[in-house]
Amino acid sequence: MSPETMAQSTPQIKISSKKRWLSLDNRFVPPLFITLILLVGHLSFGILESYQKTLLAIMTAVVAELILGRVFTHQWPHLASAYITGISVGILLRSPAFWPYVLCSLIAITSKYVLRLNGRHLWNPSNFGICAMLFLASDAVATLSIQWGNNLWAMLVIWLLGSVIIWRLRRFHICAVYVGSFLLLSVLRAWITGDPWLSEVSPITGPEYQLFIFFMITDPKTTVKSKMGQSIVAFCVAVVEMLFRLDQSIYAPLYALFWVGPCATLIEMWIVSRRSANGTPTKLTTNTVRP
Amino acid sequence: MKQVPVARIIVSIFFVGLLMTPAAMRWRSATRANAAGTSPDRQAAMARHGFYLEEVAHSVGIDFVHEAPTLDAKLLPIMPEVASMGASVSIVDFDRDGWPDIYVTNSAEGSRNRLYRNMHDGTFKDVAGDLGIADVNQAGTGVSMGAVWGDYDNDGYEDLFLIKWGRPELFHNDHGQGFTRVSDQAGLPPWINANTAVWFDYDGDGLLDLFVGGYYPEDVDLWHLKSTRMMPDSFEYAKNGGRKYLFHNLGNGRFDEVSAKVGIDSRRWALASSAADLRGTGHPDLFIANDYGVSELYLNDGKKFHEAGQQTGVGFAPKSGMNVAFGDIFNLGRYAVYVSNISENGALIQGNNLWVPKEGTQGEAIKYENLARDMGVELGGWSFGAQFGDLNNDGTLDLYLTNGYVSLDRNKSYWYDFTKIAGGNSSIIGDAKDWPAMDGRSLSGYQQKHVWLNDGAGKFVDVAQAIGVTDTYDGRAVALADLWNRGVLDVVVANQRGPLLVYKNTVAPENEWIEFELEGNKSNRSAIGAQVALTWNDQTQIQQVSGGSGFSAQNDRRLHFGLGRNARLKGAVIRWPSGKTQTVDSLVAGKMYKIEEPK
Repeated sequence: MSPETMAQSTPQIKISSKKRWLSLDNRFVPPLFITLILLVGHLSFGILESYQKTLLAIMTAVVAELILGRVFTHQWPHLASAYITGISVGILLRSPAFWPYVLCSLIAITSKYVLRLNGRHLWNPSNFGICAMLFLASDAVATLSIQWGNNLWAMLVIWLLGSVIIWRLRRFHICAVYVGSFLLLSVLRAWITGDPWLSEVSPITGPEYQLFIFFMITDPKTTVKSKMGQSIVAFCVAVVEMLFRLDQSIYAPLYALFWVGPCATLIEMWIVSRRSANGTPTKLTTNTVRP
Repeated sequence: MKQVPVARIIVSIFFVGLLMTPAAMRWRSATRANAAGTSPDRQAAMARHGFYLEEVAHSVGIDFVHEAPTLDAKLLPIMPEVASMGASVSIVDFDRDGWPDIYVTNSAEGSRNRLYRNMHDGTFKDVAGDLGIADVNQAGTGVSMGAVWGDYDNDGYEDLFLIKWGRPELFHNDHGQGFTRVSDQAGLPPWINANTAVWFDYDGDGLLDLFVGGYYPEDVDLWHLKSTRMMPDSFEYAKNGGRKYLFHNLGNGRFDEVSAKVGIDSRRWALASSAADLRGTGHPDLFIANDYGVSELYLNDGKKFHEAGQQTGVGFAPKSGMNVAFGDIFNLGRYAVYVSNISENGALIQGNNLWVPKEGTQGEAIKYENLARDMGVELGGWSFGAQFGDLNNDGTLDLYLTNGYVSLDRNKSYWYDFTKIAGGNSSIIGDAKDWPAMDGRSLSGYQQKHVWLNDGAGKFVDVAQAIGVTDTYDGRAVALADLWNRGVLDVVVANQRGPLLVYKNTVAPENEWIEFELEGNKSNRSAIGAQVALTWNDQTQIQQVSGGSGFSAQNDRRLHFGLGRNARLKGAVIRWPSGKTQTVDSLVAGKMYKIEEPK
C-alpha cells in the first residue's frame, strides 16, 4: 500500500479513551514505520542524499497539503499522508541538487488535487511525482536504484517491517502475487534476453525494490477494491514491467505502476457505473475510498 | 463563480507550471553553457578566456595508443568493463636536464610502456626500451596500471614505482642512463592488484615511503581465476577489495610494510589516493577515493594514522570515487579536495565532490563540505582523472577533468543491465558470471570533457569546447606540466584503448607566472611534500610537490603559479617536509626558481 494513502484509508477502530492512551492512532502507524525504515537505512547505510534534502521534501509536501487541503476541503487536512509523500520522495529520489526535492513533492501533492475523476485521484502521489521527474528532468535526478546497500540485513529489515504493515492491513496477497509474477516472468525474460537468470532476479533482491512492493503497488488508489481485482492488477504491473524491462527501461517498475494504476482505477469506475446503471449493488470488500 | 472551481483552475495552471519547470531549468543551463562558447575558436578563446589548448601529440613525436588487457576468458562477457583501466601518465625529469619527460603505461599482455624524453626542440622521443622500463607487461607478471616517481634513495634521480594488476615493480634510476629492477631487494610482495600509489614521507625521516592501494584482492590472478566471485559485493558498500600497503623506507634499499602497525586497515576498492598536509600540522595526511564506497581520510600524527572520513564529512555518502586532487581554489592557504564520481542522465546522478574546509574548522576538528554543485564542478559524466592548475595564468586554479567509461557501439547502452545487476544482493553482484554480457554496448561512452575555469569569485565555468578540448575518448589520467618551459601549463591525457593526447597551451601574454623547482636536503631530495605559499597582490596561494595525484597520474614536480596581470610579488614561504621554513624574497615574475633546502 502506498504510505500516503495507507495513512488515509486505514480502518478506524473504535476504541475506548483509556485504550486510546495506550495505542497509537492507526493513521500514525504507517508514517512511523516508514520513518523507522528511513532511520534504519540511513544510520546503517547512509541511504539519504542528506538530511536537509529529505527534510525539504517533507516540509514541501506538508505545506502544500496544508494549503491545498484547506482551499479545496475548507478544513485542515490530516498531515500523515503528506508526511509520507515527502519522506518517500526523500528516500526514492536521488539528486545532488535541492530543487528536485521541492519540485517532486509539489508535483506529487498537487497531482492529488488536480488529476481527479469522480472524487478519486488516479495516481499514487509519490509514484506520479517521481515518474514525472524521471520523464521531465532525467538530467537532474535518478531514483534509489543502486545506491542502497546490497546487504542482506537491510533487505530483511524492510521485508519484516513491510510484512507487518501489509499483513495488518490485509493486503499481503498483492505483494505475494507481484513477487510470484516477477519471479516467473524473470525466467521468461532470461530466456528472451539470454542473460543469466540471477541477473533478472537481481533487482528484486535490492532493498529499494521492497519499498516499491510494500509501499506502492498496494495503494488502494492504484488498485481496485476486490481481492481478485487487486491480484490481477498486481500481475498486470509485473507484466507491464517486464515489457518495460525488455525495452531496457531502468525505472521499469515505477513506469509500470504509473500506467497500470490509473487504467485499473478507470476500468473499475466504469464497471461500477455500469452496475449502478443496471441497479446491481456494488460490493466493496476492503478499504473504502476516502470521499 | 464558485470558489472551488476558480481554485481548481488556478491550481491546474500551477500544476502545469510545475511540470514545465525542468524544461525551464534545462533552457537556463543551456543558455549559460552557450555563453562560454560551444565551438573551438583560438582567437575568441584567447580574447574571452585567456588561453587555448591545441592537441599536438603526433606533431611532437608521440603516437601512442593504449591497449587494454585480455583477462581470464570467464570474464569475456563483461571484459570491456573489467579491463577498463590501465591508461596512465606521469611527468618526470628522469635525466635531470631541466625538461619534463612523459611516462605512459600500456596494459595489454606483452605491450610496452613508453618513456618520452623531452628533446628540447619541441619534440619527444621514446627511450623506454633503451633504458629498460618498456617491456614490463610480460605474460605471467600482470600488466601496468600506473606509475609514480620519487627519489627513494636520495641520489638525485627519480625512481619509478610501477603500479600493476600483477607483480609490482620498483626500478632504480641509474643517473638517467638506465633503470635497474630492484623490486625483490626492496621487499615488495609478489602480487598486488592496484590502481593507485603515492610517494610521501609520512614520518618525516627524510626518506620517501610508498602507499599502495589495492583494488581487486591480492589473491586474485585476473588471468587465471579460481572463481568468478571476485566482483565487489556491493555497488556502494563493498569491503571485499584489495588490502592497503604502506611501505616504510628503511634507507638501505629495503622497505618494511607497516600499514597495520600505523593504522591503515581497509579492504575498500581504492582507485585513487594522494597525500598532503591538509591541516597544517607538518605531517602529510592520506586521502583515498574508493570505488564502490566512501572515501577515506587518514589523518597523520607523524607516526600513526587514524581514519577520519566520517568525522570530517568526506566519508559518509558512498559513491564511486576515482580521483584525488588538491588545490587552494580560493587562494586562502587551504586545500580543497576534488573526488570524481559517476553521473549519467536518467540512470545515476552521484555528482563529483569538491570538499572544501568549513570555515572555522582546523586541525583535528577539521570538517569539509561539498561545494561541487555550488561552484559548478559537480556533473562530469563518468568522471575519472582531474587536476587543478592555473591554465590561463590568471591567478586562480582551474580544473581539468577527463571522463568516459566504455565507448563501443554509440547506439547501444549497457546502463540498463548495469543497474539491473548493481542493485542486487551481494551474492549476485559479487559473481561475474551473474553479470549480463555487454555485447559491444557502450557504458557512458563518447563523453565530452570538462575544463572548468575558476572565476575567482566562487564559480567554475566549463570552457572545454571553446578552448579546444573536443576529444571524446575514454579518458583516465590527466597530468599537468610546463612541457616546453614556456611558463604555461600543458595538459597530457591518457585514454583507455585510445591515444595519448598532448594539449599544448597558449596563454595570453599579459598574464604573468612564476615557477619553483625544489630539491630537498634534510628532506627527501624529490621535495615531495614541500609546500610553497606564494603571496602577491594581497593574496596567498599554496601548492605542494606531490608524489602522485588525480587518477593514475603524477604532475610535474615543479610548481607553477599563475599571477594574473600586474602582479606585485611579495615573496614565498617554503615549508619543507623536514619542518624547516624558508622565506624567499625579491621574486620576479616570468622566471623559474630552483631552490635547494638550506642545510
